[in-house]
Amino acid sequence: MELVWEGIKKALELLWSLDPEVLGITFFTLKVTLLATLASLVLGLGAGTALALNEFPGKRLLISLINTGMGLPPVVVGLFVTILLWRNGPLGNLGLLYTPTAIVIAQTVIATPIIAGISVAALQQLPPDLRLQILALGATRTQMVLLLLREARLPLLAAIMAGFGGVVSEVGASLMVGGNIKGETRVLTTATVMETGKGNFDAAIALSLILLALTFAVNALLTHLQQRERPR
Amino acid sequence: MSALLEVQGLRVDRGGARVLDVDRLAVEAGSVLALIGPNGSGKTTLLKALAGLLPASGRVAFAGAPPGPDFRRRVTMVFQDPLLFDTTVRGNLESGLRLHGVDGPRRRERVAEAAARFGVEGLLDRSARHLSGGEAQRTSLARAFALRPELLFLDEPFSALDPPTREGLLTDLARVLKETRTTAILATHDQLEALRLADRIAILRAGRVAQEGTVHEVINAPVDAFVADFVGMETVLTGRVGQAKNGEFRVDVAGRQVVALGDAGVGEEVRIGVRPEHVTLCAEPGEHSSARNAFPCRVTAIQARGPFFKVELDCGFFLAAYVTPASREELALAEGSEVVATFKATAVHLLRR
Repeated sequence: MELVWEGIKKALELLWSLDPEVLGITFFTLKVTLLATLASLVLGLGAGTALALNEFPGKRLLISLINTGMGLPPVVVGLFVTILLWRNGPLGNLGLLYTPTAIVIAQTVIATPIIAGISVAALQQLPPDLRLQILALGATRTQMVLLLLREARLPLLAAIMAGFGGVVSEVGASLMVGGNIKGETRVLTTATVMETGKGNFDAAIALSLILLALTFAVNALLTHLQQRERPR
Repeated sequence: MSALLEVQGLRVDRGGARVLDVDRLAVEAGSVLALIGPNGSGKTTLLKALAGLLPASGRVAFAGAPPGPDFRRRVTMVFQDPLLFDTTVRGNLESGLRLHGVDGPRRRERVAEAAARFGVEGLLDRSARHLSGGEAQRTSLARAFALRPELLFLDEPFSALDPPTREGLLTDLARVLKETRTTAILATHDQLEALRLADRIAILRAGRVAQEGTVHEVINAPVDAFVADFVGMETVLTGRVGQAKNGEFRVDVAGRQVVALGDAGVGEEVRIGVRPEHVTLCAEPGEHSSARNAFPCRVTAIQARGPFFKVELDCGFFLAAYVTPASREELALAEGSEVVATFKATAVHLLRR
């Protein structure tokens, strides 16, 4: 028990002193994760919308594949992105392995199906005639899609939260494709793993507390947006 | 008058089967056409195809020309489900106007006008989530009328409402359609809604038009048993109100005076209905002294209808009556025989003003 208290005490000291390394890792994590979430939002929302609003053969199969992708094990993604970016792999000449870009790519691969899957469900739960109603009110196809997305905004914000949550807490892929290089590709999760491995529980606890606070802050912000949108 | 919308050879195929096959259908400017038929007869499909919301083949003319890119901004549709946006009632009323690019001041004016027409002025700042079924459908109708459509499609807009709510909304819609002289096509399975709102009726069966004509023609002269079963409940009469006082009025129908209860203004053109089971036949006038309406007439047809006979009469206007086999024998009813048809003033329904 003493180990825990001692850890928490030292962790708070670390936070209080605004340790530059800890701060650097925190900002880097935030940057990488938000970039990946943004990229996944563009790709996932686009794919989800196209999938939900169009009829074509193989649609169901594609939706099942995306739903399966929502639970992609990060280490598998890490493995494939590593192979892809490996020095003599297909994209090896780009020299991206063990760079922040590699982490963003891997995290985007993880979060895109999450956002796409929830977007499909969110749009499909709208009444089928709503599309026709919007067109009948004189909307162009683009206006129709935008209005549908606005109607589905509450579950869509949940999709963003799920996507962000999926990548901020992910460790396997970031470690594999980023390499946990100090000052370059070290994020909160990989740093926590490392400090725990070394027995530096105080640092590990400090990093975990920051990770929790970060996750809470981003989700609180999105929840605030989501609930404010609710008309009285 | 010319047809505002006219279609020829309209066909819709779904999964290799032809679900809609309409040779010709037209709606005159300023009039209301009701598409009526049982569930699955293709009413909604026809309505969506006419509104251009469903791929269909055939020739369509809107105001004399093929529908252009502006067609969808000149017509609109109200569905059975109000399909409101998740915002305030005001936001809903504004939504179509925003899509049409109507500017702020004119938008406020149109919203106020449409809200007043459907009695939702007091609800404008309420969330559309917290409306009753009737309020939601009023909002949906007001949203459509705010666009001042040249042609309005109505897909069973009342069928999800309870009877008192439906009655109130039906009355208001009939009034607004008349005030705004909006051309409308209404799909319904309820013949009473059609009687209240429509000028012409098209009966649909299995994706085809079984009969199309004025309300008068279709109700009083159904072409076959299917149409008769579907609409043949009432005799429908039209005439002008000659006198009205103390909640009673007289309608001049083909030169005969029909007495009815209710409020109608002198000089108004009204549509009234009499159910065949409320008409009594007798040999001499005055036998049923309590009945305010008594007309000598001639039997034009007698048809067996289950345990009754349906007798069609020419009283100067068309009238149908149900009689028992005993009465038929007693009165020696046959085609061409002369009888007196009587019915009470309370048996006359004021269908449309």
